[in-house]
Amino acid sequence: MEKKESFINQIGRARRAEFAIETLIRTLGFSSIGFVLLIFFFLLREGLPVFFEVRPGNLFSTQWYPTFDLYGTLPLILGSVLVTVTAVAIALPLGVATAVFVREVAPGWAREVLKPMIEVLAGIPSVVLGFFGMTLVAPLIRETLRVPTGLTAFTGALLLAYMALPTIISVAEDALDAVPKGYRDAALAMGATRWQTIWRVVVPAARSGIVTAVMLGMGRAIGETMAVMMVTGNAARMPLTADSLLRPVRTMTATIAAEMGEVAQGSVHYHALFGIGIVLFLLTFLINLAAASTIFKKRRRGGLR
Amino acid sequence: MVEQPPKIRIHDVSYAYGDRQALRNVTLDVPSKAVTVLFGPAGSGKTTMLRLINRLNDLVDNTRMSGRILLDGQDVYAPGVDVTALRRRVGMVFALPLPLPGTVRENVLYGPKLAGVREQSRLDEALQRSLTQAALWDEVKDRLDDPARALSGGQQQRLCIARSLALEPEVLLLDEPTSGLDPISTGKVEASLLDLKKEYTIIIIPHSVQQAARVADCAAFFLMGELIEYRAGREIFTTPCDQRTEDYVTGRFG
Repeated sequence: MEKKESFINQIGRARRAEFAIETLIRTLGFSSIGFVLLIFFFLLREGLPVFFEVRPGNLFSTQWYPTFDLYGTLPLILGSVLVTVTAVAIALPLGVATAVFVREVAPGWAREVLKPMIEVLAGIPSVVLGFFGMTLVAPLIRETLRVPTGLTAFTGALLLAYMALPTIISVAEDALDAVPKGYRDAALAMGATRWQTIWRVVVPAARSGIVTAVMLGMGRAIGETMAVMMVTGNAARMPLTADSLLRPVRTMTATIAAEMGEVAQGSVHYHALFGIGIVLFLLTFLINLAAASTIFKKRRRGGLR
Repeated sequence: MVEQPPKIRIHDVSYAYGDRQALRNVTLDVPSKAVTVLFGPAGSGKTTMLRLINRLNDLVDNTRMSGRILLDGQDVYAPGVDVTALRRRVGMVFALPLPLPGTVRENVLYGPKLAGVREQSRLDEALQRSLTQAALWDEVKDRLDDPARALSGGQQQRLCIARSLALEPEVLLLDEPTSGLDPISTGKVEASLLDLKKEYTIIIIPHSVQQAARVADCAAFFLMGELIEYRAGREIFTTPCDQRTEDYVTGRFG
């Protein structure tokens, strides 16, 4: 009898421990959601006032001179867009080609060496890349392209492309990996060469995954700050002329990072920087949403394509 | 009947994936314009045998092969052989019907387009001919521009057969082409095979002994990478010479 009771006690203790652990895990899980919501709330609280303090005409004008109460965000938004789009245009062919090489062409041992190296690429701190860009890439661009300064939108785009590459490569590679092996056999058996198999069957079959890869790479590129700030020259000019790629530009991220330290808390300028933060948040959110929607679409259709 | 030289001679072929021996000293002559059946339990090397004939295993790492495979007297593994041309002569259909992304028409014309055929009249002709040969034309002639995946499983498999036939191969390798099909679709595929053997040399891995007995002109029994018994006609199913063959065809195996 006594023995049985202690057994029940034991179960009770196990249940209590279980309950405690479950509660802890649940609290931690919900708190991380809570933090995200708090950040979002804070961003809105600090950023929204600018839309009331500054006239819309001023806010979406072409001049960003906060000291003269000119808060035109267009050059910054366009600057970010220019650098990001150029970066993706560079990274897309490189990334997809690398993914194809790693997945389809490279022999087994090379794949084993390449994959971890690509992971390491992703781990390089952006300030290191920025330093590398400033001391090596910028002078190279100034001399080879004969422009007055090497700190240009193009330099930034090059570095961003480099930073987006690991993401694009690994996601695209997973997409290629998910293409049924039977597709390759079928194409080969029809007398396709290896290249025809890759370009006409495997890559098209992995298309949605590759689009996701590019979206994720783009999301990473547009939010990147340090490397871009170090190499783009940071002149808030409208990048509308044909040579804009080879002239300095200023991105949203760089503006926030550069000016936040010396702004009076609660001032219009302070609110304007947070306003830019909101715009940036919306942009990345939309890009990630687009990436996610291609993934969901793929799942719904239950297969590739 | 005039004795024709064998279409394919497999001479003393051994094959290994790493340490795993898949085929041991297989010697086999495949007659022209007939259905040759390779049967045996799973893992007995049948699929490997098929994939060696059109060199589909070329891209598999870490394998070893010895022996020779002759197609019309020419070694398919000889240096300088054009592998893609070989694969056009030796078509293959796989166990899982796997239409490529795209429409019915695109699937069938995939091979000819890769081979560089551009004239619309020839493509149209190949489309109708191969779908007819695969006993699919009547069912899909109004749906040629529908996605291939919208077809039923049996239709998809016949589409894959049509896809191989579009290249006008000389040999057709079929690896369990009816494994996922219902009896009616299976019947249709088998009927089209009997039609096809008038023009093509067919090697098939059946998905059951019964199917093997239904379609075979020649039959080869494989067990653990070895060719146990190989005979013309269907006696192998009724009066096998080897005890192991008998055990298998009568269902006494494991």
